[in-house]
Amino acid sequence: MSDREPVPGGPTGGVAGPSDGENVLEFRDPEKADALAQRAEELVADIDADEVSIMHVCGSHEQSIAKFGLRSMLPDGLDLRMGPGCPVCVTDMPEVDEAVALANAGLTITTYGDMLHVPGTAASLSDARAAGADVRVVYSAAEAVDIAEGTDDDVVFFATGFETTAAPTAAIVRDDPPENFWVLSAHKYVPPAMEVVAAMPETDVDGFLAAGNAATITGWGLFEELVDETDTPITVGGFEPLDILAGLVVLLRDIRDGEVTVRNAYPRCVTERGNEPAQNQLWDVFTTESGEWRGIAHIPDANLVLQDEYAHVNAREQFEIDTASLAASDSSLVDDCICGDIMAGRADPTDCDMFGEECTPEDPVGACMVSSEGTCKIWHEYGGRPDL
Amino acid sequence: MCLGVPGQVTQVDGLTADVDFWGVEKEVRLDTVDEPVEPGDYILNHVGFAIRRIPESEIDETLTLYESMMGGGPDDMLREDLIDEVEAAGSTPSASGAPPGDEGAEPADAEDAEDLLEELDIDV
Repeated sequence: MSDREPVPGGPTGGVAGPSDGENVLEFRDPEKADALAQRAEELVADIDADEVSIMHVCGSHEQSIAKFGLRSMLPDGLDLRMGPGCPVCVTDMPEVDEAVALANAGLTITTYGDMLHVPGTAASLSDARAAGADVRVVYSAAEAVDIAEGTDDDVVFFATGFETTAAPTAAIVRDDPPENFWVLSAHKYVPPAMEVVAAMPETDVDGFLAAGNAATITGWGLFEELVDETDTPITVGGFEPLDILAGLVVLLRDIRDGEVTVRNAYPRCVTERGNEPAQNQLWDVFTTESGEWRGIAHIPDANLVLQDEYAHVNAREQFEIDTASLAASDSSLVDDCICGDIMAGRADPTDCDMFGEECTPEDPVGACMVSSEGTCKIWHEYGGRPDL
Repeated sequence: MCLGVPGQVTQVDGLTADVDFWGVEKEVRLDTVDEPVEPGDYILNHVGFAIRRIPESEIDETLTLYESMMGGGPDDMLREDLIDEVEAAGSTPSASGAPPGDEGAEPADAEDAEDLLEELDIDV
C-alpha cells in the first residue's frame, strides 16, 4: 500500500504548539498511517470472509475519517460504516415537537446550538423562533439555569446528547435549580443502541469501534457486557488518524483471531472505570426507558429520563405538552429521508436521491444534514467514500 | 461537534472555576470532574463542565494537539468547532470529541499508541 497517498491533511501545517508540535505529528504521521493501513490489509486478507464490516459509533470518528481521507487507505475488503453516533441526529421528531410545542406555548426554550435547525414534524425550534417564540442557544446546562435565575418566566432546558452531556445535566438538576427551571430530557444512552444495531441482520457488523469520548465518562469496562451480549468484539478508539487506524488494526486482529473481547486503543484518555463521580451523578438523576431513536429503531432502555425523585424539574410532568397541532402539512421530503438507514449502517448519504439536492446544510431535510457530527453533513463537506 | 477542550484553571470558587482557554477566560463547572482541581491545574472542558483533570504528564501533548487544530486552514472543521467551543458560541450537544487527555486516577491500563504499534510488529 506504499504507493497510496499519505494521510491527506496531516501533518497539519498549523500553528506550532507550546512545544514543537512533534506529538501532534506523531498521531498524523503518514508513514505510520501507511504501515497501519498495510497491516489492516494483511489482517483483512487473513480473515475468511468476502468483506469485513466495522461500525464506528461516533460522529467525530466519521469526521476524522472523511477529513483525513482514511477510507482511501483502507483495503477493499474492509467496509467501515457509520453507526448511531450523532446525538442530534438520533433525537426523535416527537421530541423536537415537544420542545417546539412548549416554545409555541410561550415558555423560554434553551438548548444547544445544533438543535435549532433539527426538523420536527412540522417545524424546527428555529422556525418557532422566527415565528416569535423565545428560543435561546446555550453553551451549557449551567447557562440555562443562569437564564432562569434572571427571569420569572418558565425556562425549559431541552437537554440532548449522550452520556457526556447527560452528566452535566444531572449535575445541574442536583444543584437545586430555581423553581422556574425545567428539563425536557432527550438524552440518550449509547450501549443499548449498539446492541440493537448489532442485532440487525442487514447491518451485519463484525466489530465496533467505540467512541473514546463517551468512554471517558463510562470507562471501557462498560463494554464487556455488550461484547458478551452481541458476540461482537469492541475496541475503544480515539480521533486522530493514527488513533483510528490503530483501533481498526486492533479490532481486525481480534476478528481474525475470533477473539470476542473489548480492547482499549485510546488509553491516554480512557480508563477501565471512567469518571465515576460523573457516572454516579448521571444514574442518580436519570433512569432509562425504551423509546425511538430517529429513523433507527425502538430501542430498549436507551432514552434517559428523569428519576421520579426529580419530577419537580421534569417539564413533561409539569406541562401539558400539546404536539397535536404540529402535524406536517407536507412530509413527503421527510418520508424520503434515509437518515435512519445511514445511522444504522445500512446506507451511505450518496444513496439518498435528495443528498446535495433538496437536502443541503443550508436547507436540511433530515437531521444528519444538520449537525456537524451528522454523516450527511460531513460527506457534504468532505466527500465520503472515494471512488478509487 | 463538541470537542473536549483543555484549559488552565485560574481560580476556584466552590463548584465553579475560572478557566483560561488560549487567553479567553470562561467559567467552568466542576460538578463532573473526576478529581479535585486547584489553580494551575489543567482540565478538559465539555459543554461548560470539566470532565477530567488532565495529569501533568499529558499537558504538553494535549495542548500541542489542540493548538495545532486551531491552526488549521480556514475550511478546517475541527478548527471552527474548537474556536466555537472556546468562545462558547453555541456548541453541539454530544458525546463526541474527547481529546487526548488523561489517565485519571488510574494507571494506564492498556498500551499507548506507540506500544500498540510495537506489539503489532509494525516497523515505523
